[in-house]
Amino acid sequence: MLEKMIIGRYIPGNSIVHRMDPRSKLLFVFLFIIAVFLANNVASYAVLLGFTVFVIALARIRPYFLVNGLKPVIFLIAFTLLLHLFFTREGAILFEWKFIKIYEEGLRMGIFISIRFLVLVLITTILTLTTSPISITDGLETLLNPFKKLKLPVHELALMMSISLRFIPTLMDETDKILKAQLARGSDLSTGSIKERVQAVIPLLVPLFVSAFKRAEDLAVAMEVRGYRGGEGRTRFRQLSWQTRDTGVLIAFVILVAVLAWVRK
Amino acid sequence: MKEIASMHHVTFSYDTEEEGSSLISNKALDDVSFTLYEGQWLAIVGHNGSGKSTLAKLLIGLMFPSSGEVNLFLESLSEENLWEMRSKMGIVFQNPDNQFVGSTVQDDVAFALENNGVPHEMMVKRVHEALEQVKMTDYVNHEPHHLSGGQKQRVAIAGALALQPELLILDEATSMLDPQGREEVIEIVKKLRTEIGLTVVSITHDLEEVLLADRVLVMNEGKVLMTGTPHEIFQQGTELESIGLDLPFALRVSELLRDTGVELQGNHMTEEELVNELWTFHFSK
Ligand SMILES: Nc1ncnc2c1ncn2[C@@H]1O[C@H](COP(=O)(O)OP(=O)(O)OP(=O)(O)O)[C@@H](O)[C@H]1O
Ligand SMILES: [Mg+2]
Repeated sequence: MLEKMIIGRYIPGNSIVHRMDPRSKLLFVFLFIIAVFLANNVASYAVLLGFTVFVIALARIRPYFLVNGLKPVIFLIAFTLLLHLFFTREGAILFEWKFIKIYEEGLRMGIFISIRFLVLVLITTILTLTTSPISITDGLETLLNPFKKLKLPVHELALMMSISLRFIPTLMDETDKILKAQLARGSDLSTGSIKERVQAVIPLLVPLFVSAFKRAEDLAVAMEVRGYRGGEGRTRFRQLSWQTRDTGVLIAFVILVAVLAWVRK
Repeated sequence: MKEIASMHHVTFSYDTEEEGSSLISNKALDDVSFTLYEGQWLAIVGHNGSGKSTLAKLLIGLMFPSSGEVNLFLESLSEENLWEMRSKMGIVFQNPDNQFVGSTVQDDVAFALENNGVPHEMMVKRVHEALEQVKMTDYVNHEPHHLSGGQKQRVAIAGALALQPELLILDEATSMLDPQGREEVIEIVKKLRTEIGLTVVSITHDLEEVLLADRVLVMNEGKVLMTGTPHEIFQQGTELESIGLDLPFALRVSELLRDTGVELQGNHMTEEELVNELWTFHFSK
């Protein structure tokens, strides 16, 4: 189940969406989330949905892969739809059976909200699917740079994020190793009452934390001896480059908003 | 010969809080002096807790001596010139995972350059050159968890080389590696020394590494027990064994052979030397 989840995962590729600058993608997603709330009738939701499908096609992501990976989210969307169907009581009654009554407005709202939710999840998933975590970090760092004036520690936050990302696999391996070591000593995580299972997790967490602190200490020393002393006077190895296609993304967004404004009620 | 680094009567103690909060300080280094010249390879040996890592930390300015003086490039190391000194040396630690800062190989190699404000074009060039020196150019975009321990240590060396340092310190850089990884790393350091005349300080338990050095410093309980060429040091077999150090396998075999009455000539540091003497043994009679 968890391996199939694609939220937050990055799949390397070479589509035009993959090659876009993370800044333009991040800006776009941010603006898109706001723009979604402009939609208020069938035509405008159709425009949103159409646009999203277009982006998926551009990113060359197989629809089957997306549907499969987003299954848990789709369940959630279906659940919202049902809630709206049963609990919105406005407009004409469409269907009645014993105590179940489905109203026209309920159906309409249910579908709209579901589409809104679906479109948001799809667009953000496409962002993470096509942009490596480190590029996202770079993009965020540059986009947030103006906020440095407001004393927001942008560089430090970005560095923290990239180091955390870099250590996730290392700590995963470590967890696995400790788990096996504890299993070999007769620890049992899969049976017993909840209380017993929680207790069995403690011998797993303690060594993990101890080693994480040790790693953090070593890493801090390694950074210091390599001359790290904060963001001041640092140059950057990773350079982002804004291409015509990135300006294109923003133009596409303006067009999308214009169309939405035109077709909405 | 140009002096690269030296210590003069350096003493250092960690302040440790014992029960009852009485501060007791045990001397991790006790009156240590030595001089290292350009192009030399100095091996530092000693059993666990003899103060080797402490010595390395003082050299790179992570701590300052309680008394005595550390000189680097003919200048006394102090808070003021600390960062400048650090940009002229590189250090590689024991654990390959815990010193990999960047998210990919090239980011990691560039880290020290970024910190020192090297312009972007220069950085790209230096990163490439450094990776070439450690033969890791095929892995520029690899993430650390897709590399072997030996490869990670080679990247760490590249990270140090990118700054074009005059001194490379290896603090048990090979001790967590498998024999193959160890071999790879040692090969690289050997090559660097002949090609660019890098000065090396290698702290090690590995005897093969000790034999590569020009000079050996034997540490025991914070003191310099003896110093000399690997040959001179290994002559003192019993003394080394008494402080818990191993002798090279070939040396032990030749000693045992001599004890049983085989009249071998020299002292054999490497297996090759020993084998050469053994197979010609009866000819020379
Ligand atoms: N952070 C510390 N705080 C207190 N004491 C320390 C600390 N680090 C080392 N020591 C002590 O200082 C002495 C020298 O330690 P050091 O780490 O230099 O030894 P080493 O020769 O590098 O050993 P190893 O071969 O195990 O790496 C030891 O007695 C050790 O217990
Ligand atoms: Mg040590």
